[in-house]
Amino acid sequence: MLFYLLKRIGLAVVIVVVAVVLLYSMIHVVPGDPASVILGPRATPEMKQELHELMGLDRPFVVQVASFLGKVARGNLGMDFFSQRPVAQIVFKQLDETLVLVLASIGWAMLLGIPLGCYSAVFRNTFSDKLVGFFSIGVIAVPSFVVALYSLLLFAVTLKWLPAIGAGEPGQYMDQLQHLILPAFAIGLGWVGYIARLVRASMLEVLNENHIRRARAFGLPEHMIVFQYALKLAILPTVTLLGTGIGRLISSAVFAEIVFARPGIGKLIFDSVVSRNYPLVMGAVLVSTVLFVLSTTISDSVNAMLDPRVRERL
Amino acid sequence: MAEPVLDIRNLSVNYLTPRGTVKALRRINLQVPSAKVVGLVGESGCGKSTLISAVIRLMAENARVAAGEIRFTGKDMQQLSSRDLRAIRGRDMSMVFQDPMTALNPVFTVGRQMKDIQYRDAVSGKEKLKRASDMLSLVGIPDAVSRLDNYPHHFSGGMRQRITIAMALLVQPKLLIADEPTTALDATLEVQIIRLLKDLQADFQCAILFISHHLNVIAELCDFVGVMYAGELVEKGSVRDIFHRPGHPYTRALLECDPSVIAEPTRFLPTIPGEIPSLIDLPEGCIFHDRCPGAAQVCKNTPPPEVSLAEHHTAACHCLEV
Repeated sequence: MLFYLLKRIGLAVVIVVVAVVLLYSMIHVVPGDPASVILGPRATPEMKQELHELMGLDRPFVVQVASFLGKVARGNLGMDFFSQRPVAQIVFKQLDETLVLVLASIGWAMLLGIPLGCYSAVFRNTFSDKLVGFFSIGVIAVPSFVVALYSLLLFAVTLKWLPAIGAGEPGQYMDQLQHLILPAFAIGLGWVGYIARLVRASMLEVLNENHIRRARAFGLPEHMIVFQYALKLAILPTVTLLGTGIGRLISSAVFAEIVFARPGIGKLIFDSVVSRNYPLVMGAVLVSTVLFVLSTTISDSVNAMLDPRVRERL
Repeated sequence: MAEPVLDIRNLSVNYLTPRGTVKALRRINLQVPSAKVVGLVGESGCGKSTLISAVIRLMAENARVAAGEIRFTGKDMQQLSSRDLRAIRGRDMSMVFQDPMTALNPVFTVGRQMKDIQYRDAVSGKEKLKRASDMLSLVGIPDAVSRLDNYPHHFSGGMRQRITIAMALLVQPKLLIADEPTTALDATLEVQIIRLLKDLQADFQCAILFISHHLNVIAELCDFVGVMYAGELVEKGSVRDIFHRPGHPYTRALLECDPSVIAEPTRFLPTIPGEIPSLIDLPEGCIFHDRCPGAAQVCKNTPPPEVSLAEHHTAACHCLEV
């Protein structure tokens, strides 16, 4: 297991380096001079030249990439030229909110979706299985921002049960929790359907396998067969899905963040793209990329923990 | 004969399919005496596996017992609740499956799986593992204690089949059902596994219902043999009677097809001409009449009676009537 972890982390580092190089190249290949954007239309060539030297844009491309990588490794993501604050500081300030939101959303979706999927598989083709299927497809089909808007209207505006916007006062956990419920509901609802469908499908497949028949032939209790012998195998595809899902949500929870006016990485990327704030875009995308790689690394490691064949392969 | 461990009476099983009702088993009568080995032999699709899944009551969803009863140690399996059935499975009755590569759960250690099947016993986990490793040594797995921590994919196919046999015997069943346990293994391993089963059966004194389409294996291992054809038990008797004085034309044809009895080199292996009849539209008379070399008019129209040839030796054929 330790060997697997080391190898997998090594792979993750390689992926991050490649991603960072690609990211840096992409931003610099697209037309448009960052210096002109920062300084505005009335800048003189001398001012631009000065800023170029300050940003290191006059040096060869390879050197630029290498020095960028070095800075990133030390946690230095550059300066935001608009606010004159370090990019890392801005991004990490938003990161907490996003992580809490994403983990809460996926968390409740998992707690509901996995049992629903198991239930559907065990009672396949019954009325309740069809009901769960109908519900799952329904919530997958509805975009999360629609859920966000309607839940905002219903629970915050009409019923006034929960606060409408913001992330709550820092340090006041009850307040933050109340602010978390609606966005987490909006993001997680579709995932409940996804997870239930996926768990049902892989559970059905596993329940048909020979070793489950053998377990039944030995009279093992049904709950042991379903929740231990079958689930440990059936959960593997779901773990992989959640790994990429959590990774993607870090930058794409943006709809819920905008609707509920919460700070977050998604909203930060959106705002900085609109204002052409290149260093901030780079920093935010870079951090979410690293988190994506981290999230898939964790899900792969969980899979390796569950399945001995995986941890012995890589 | 004392009361048999397993007593199958007049059993018929149907599969409900979109194409119609497949009458997979018809009027099966078979007894497994205690501490004896009964072999079932027949071509693929003759209903051997359907029969054992009916015995252990793990049938496909579309399978229905149309008639008859299965009595296991005096209890009517049909009448038992699923809770009572579960109490029987893995305690009084256990099973070795056909394919050892898929019969063990790949994500649990062998030790854990062997421990779990003893979940009813009120002894410590340590004691259960001790029993498991003892049983593994008995089936010929070297270094059994440390191998309890291994996963199934660390073992070869032959080893895995030994493990499943160890599991089946660990619960000390009254009846062990073996569903073609050597089909997925090569010939040398097959011999080893059969010898192992034979030795262990002598030690444990359990009854075995052994399914195979290998005549040699049946001859080596079994006390009694049932010959199945297209869902019917056409002949049954002691292993001596079946192999030396076969009564039913199908049994005779089957024995002639055994490659190991062919004396002269030949270009063509002997076969039984014709095809198995459709189990949806059954012929009126004898199930074997259109492939039988000695078929008469009566075979076409009337189902054959069960003719007693010797003690415990019967065959269903018109031609055997005196």
